[in-house]
Amino acid sequence: MILIYSDSIKTAYELAGKGKALAQELNTQVVAALIGTGSDKEAEELIQYGADKVIIAETTLQTFKVEEYTDILEKIAAENSCDTILIGSTKNGKELAPRLAAKLNAGSVTDCTNIYLKDGKVTVERFVFSGNAVAVQQFASTPRIVTVPPKTFDLPARDTGKKGDILKKKYDTGTYGSNIVKVQEMSSDSVNVEEASIIVSCGRGLKKKEDIKLLEELAAVLKATIGCSRPIAADLKWLSVDHWIGLSGHKVKPKLYVACGISGQIQHIAGMRDSNVIVAINKDPEAPIFKSADYGIVGDLYAVLPALTNAIREVIKS
Amino acid sequence: MNIIVCAKFAINVSEIKIDPATKKPILQGVPKEISDIDKSAVEEAIKLRDKYKGKIIIVTVGPPESKEKMKSLLAMGADEAMLVLQPEKEDYHVTASLLCAAIKKTGSYDIILCGEASIDQFSGQIAPRIAGMLNIPQITYAQKITPEAGKVVVDRNMGDKVVITESTFPVVISVTKEINKPRFPTLMQIMASAKKPIQELTASALGVGDTSPKVETIEIKGVPMERKNIILEGSLEDVTKKLAESLTKESVF
Repeated sequence: MILIYSDSIKTAYELAGKGKALAQELNTQVVAALIGTGSDKEAEELIQYGADKVIIAETTLQTFKVEEYTDILEKIAAENSCDTILIGSTKNGKELAPRLAAKLNAGSVTDCTNIYLKDGKVTVERFVFSGNAVAVQQFASTPRIVTVPPKTFDLPARDTGKKGDILKKKYDTGTYGSNIVKVQEMSSDSVNVEEASIIVSCGRGLKKKEDIKLLEELAAVLKATIGCSRPIAADLKWLSVDHWIGLSGHKVKPKLYVACGISGQIQHIAGMRDSNVIVAINKDPEAPIFKSADYGIVGDLYAVLPALTNAIREVIKS
Repeated sequence: MNIIVCAKFAINVSEIKIDPATKKPILQGVPKEISDIDKSAVEEAIKLRDKYKGKIIIVTVGPPESKEKMKSLLAMGADEAMLVLQPEKEDYHVTASLLCAAIKKTGSYDIILCGEASIDQFSGQIAPRIAGMLNIPQITYAQKITPEAGKVVVDRNMGDKVVITESTFPVVISVTKEINKPRFPTLMQIMASAKKPIQELTASALGVGDTSPKVETIEIKGVPMERKNIILEGSLEDVTKKLAESLTKESVF
């Protein structure tokens, strides 16, 4: 069987679709796990998106906790003889999968952007070297565990008439010396860059925090979301980390990405390379960002941004 | 108390060049360094040792030349190091098994620190795998570690939220790059580190018989970036107008 799990239900639906396609090739079936929060409605939808069976693992835990969740999945995998396990590559999924792999003595590959059969073997692809190359990897044994980032695979068509088994079960877990004390939501200006269709993004070319208003003016005209590169969020903390686009920040694929004063470090490119159209504004003509851009303006963003805001306002008006 | 830090001898990604014809990375001759997030783990280990006393032991799986770079971690303040010579082929299962065997060989382990992920592969598998193999708690993405009597309290960076988790010992903790700024050792410390021991071990000496990987890399492909690369030229008014018109044609807004 193929087991699918994600703590993000949307990603679980995507995996149900991918799991189904893979199950047809491997001549097997898909079992989906819902832990703790699983409602009957979500279970039914998992079946409609591709799962053959859903197990709702009931737990008293209030929130995701990796040690116990791993134990639950280990048991579900054993009970259902799962040789392929797909896990959503959320922050929780990324720390769950390798722990589960250790317990199941399994190979695992995280953050896969593709899964297919080649020469009869399950083959996966993932970005390596800060997004500069793609490693093609194959499993030499089972079980095999693959994590898949959200939105890697399209949401499959939903078959609303499809029925399947929904089982509710309790699983014993080990007891661990760790304990979640508190969950704090991050500061109020939180944004979701991953959902944005236009992003105006800034980097080190910005001289001071107040100058973000230049981006905000352009963003207002474009109805865009503000993003940034690593230094702005991680080092200078001018914007919260939910604005951070890059390998260790958010990965985005908007229709339009405007990079202002961003040099184009490979780690940043890895986060935005799938954008439809990329615009770069940088005063250094040699900045690597121009190699990754469709349109480039060599110039000081302090002069270019106000002029561009006006020009775009004009074309939108007409 | 023994504080273990797992450090990777990784490809320095910023030195990678791309072959313009094949778009593949040229890996030959690219220098290798200790992965930068692992240096943050060593820095954090030093702070924890100030509180708990005991010693810091670095564990690396790598080729013999890793030793030279491991010395920089001893110079930062780690007490001793173990280098497990890497088998011909490895995957995370193999590496984690070797690290675990080396960690057990240290006698006792209370806190095992790792970087969140390595700079070259960025998989983030090692910390959770070690915790799973030892069946002990894991606290990943640590952005702040507060040592208390008999336990640590950790702020975990989960992107949209901070999860505060505490754990008794032993525990595996993976740190983010933002947790601290690793110190640069002084010349005196660098010279003194030459006397600190680095034990070299093989898989068989650690009793790890089977080192066959479960995942094999069959190809490293390039990433073609198909972009128009149009640099707009002219006065400020011209270029911004041209850009606005081009974007209209692309119907992005």
